[in-house]
Amino acid sequence: MRNPLSKSVVSIPPSGIRKFFDVASEMKDAITLGVGEPDFDTPWHIREEGIYSLEKGRTFYTSNAGLKELKVEICNYLNRKFELSYDYNKEVIVTVGGSEAIDIALRAMLEPGDEVLIPQPCYVSYLPCTILAGGTPVVIELKGENDFKLTRQQLLDSITDKTKVLILAFPNNPTGAIMDRDDLAQIVEVILEKDLIVISDEIYSELTYGSKHVSIASFPGMRERTIVINGFSKSYAMTGWRLGYAVGPALILEQMIKIHQFAIMCAPTTSQYAGIEAVKNGDPDVEMMRDAYDKRRRFVVHSIRGMGLECFEPFGAFYVFPCIKSLGMTSEEFATKLLQEEKVVVVPGTAFGDCGEGYLRISYAYSIENLKLALERMQKFVERHRK
Amino acid sequence: MREKILTAIDKNSKQSVADLAIMLGTTEEEVTRIIKELEDETIICGYPTLINWDKVQCERVTALIEVKVTPQRGLGFDKIAERIYQFDEVQSVYLMSGGFDLTVIIEGKTMREVANFVSEKLAPMDAVLSTGTHFVLKKYKEHGLPLVQTKHDERMLITP
Repeated sequence: MRNPLSKSVVSIPPSGIRKFFDVASEMKDAITLGVGEPDFDTPWHIREEGIYSLEKGRTFYTSNAGLKELKVEICNYLNRKFELSYDYNKEVIVTVGGSEAIDIALRAMLEPGDEVLIPQPCYVSYLPCTILAGGTPVVIELKGENDFKLTRQQLLDSITDKTKVLILAFPNNPTGAIMDRDDLAQIVEVILEKDLIVISDEIYSELTYGSKHVSIASFPGMRERTIVINGFSKSYAMTGWRLGYAVGPALILEQMIKIHQFAIMCAPTTSQYAGIEAVKNGDPDVEMMRDAYDKRRRFVVHSIRGMGLECFEPFGAFYVFPCIKSLGMTSEEFATKLLQEEKVVVVPGTAFGDCGEGYLRISYAYSIENLKLALERMQKFVERHRK
Repeated sequence: MREKILTAIDKNSKQSVADLAIMLGTTEEEVTRIIKELEDETIICGYPTLINWDKVQCERVTALIEVKVTPQRGLGFDKIAERIYQFDEVQSVYLMSGGFDLTVIIEGKTMREVANFVSEKLAPMDAVLSTGTHFVLKKYKEHGLPLVQTKHDERMLITP
């Protein structure tokens, strides 16, 4: 039989997180700090709208780009929160989670050989999606000493004449790093000068602590060269609904809609109706959840520093990214032993890129009681292994 | 900070001062001082425990009583409300708008005990014009917390 497989797909290694998942799921009664999704249920008024839409028999396809009312409300929301203005008719597409938006944005823009700059550690899909879209991923290794922000110099050093796209993902999964207005201003100059396109994954935009999220698309000259990706999963605790969106210049959006039209048809109708309620009336829920995460964030950072581990203060998302180099173990060793000895699940930093070596991702999307229990066990572990 | 502390302990008063200080980004001294202030000003009036008595093998009934009263000159409803809330059986008393004046929530061991309280203590008061007693059959949610279902984490162990 002939080889049925595509070379480029085979060349992509399976997600590092997946490997660890298989080990962890065999462990009975393990406590986990490994989850990348909110612990809150979707607020009831949002779920109720989804249920109502089903009762009303709204069980058909929507237009490819999404329900008009949802697109209008998304535009209102982006304007209200981040001073971004988009035309609901031509510059918004509702997608199956932020993940689909990442995929179709890359596919709409890349030619074979085009280089895509991917600052790591980062979410697991950027690199494989770039390869699947025919592009060449170029990793930029972010540094702990820069609080995992992308610096102007690192960006400059990575640009070649083939560089086309920069993927920015702040607030960041897995580091919890953010880039504020000044940080962004530094790189915006380079982006404009080198004529790059930006895919800005702002899925955690509602989860910043202490300062409001700034979208890179709000800088002068950036709107026409930025695809902003956002969604409902993290802000409204709606991961299972699979609902996200992308906004950007019509020139690119039009092509993204074409891919979406043929590959997906439309985002789930029930989720879209629930999404209208979320984006219209969900601000108090977001505030409540942000407040809870912020408390846990302080608690976790305090506990980890109390163990004598180095941990920079994360101001976004719901992760902390402590450094474990002082223990003389690799990330994977640490995570595996912690699981075996104390039955606590954390994700090795290397699951998010090679430069995550020496770090762990700890999620604080858990109740304080759960965090306390897990961190107590982790403390025992660290004390035992400190040489 | 006062409001932050109140919101933080509203649904869980069991948290230690040390934890609160960490979570709110302040010092233990400040949390202790503010809580003391809030107690002194009777903004914090107590720290009861939310118990689902239905799950315990001991009889307990709750009744909600609608009470119509005659307000007293110069004292309004406060005087009569106080006469009512002094009884140990009374859990809550609210002044209401609408068809009646006071909502009185009574807890007793048996229905008879509650009935006796109404007929012997509450109804005969001079200012009380009428009462309407409603027994609670099942409690679903109290103080913003559901009493019935226990939730478990349905998320996978690890997700990206």
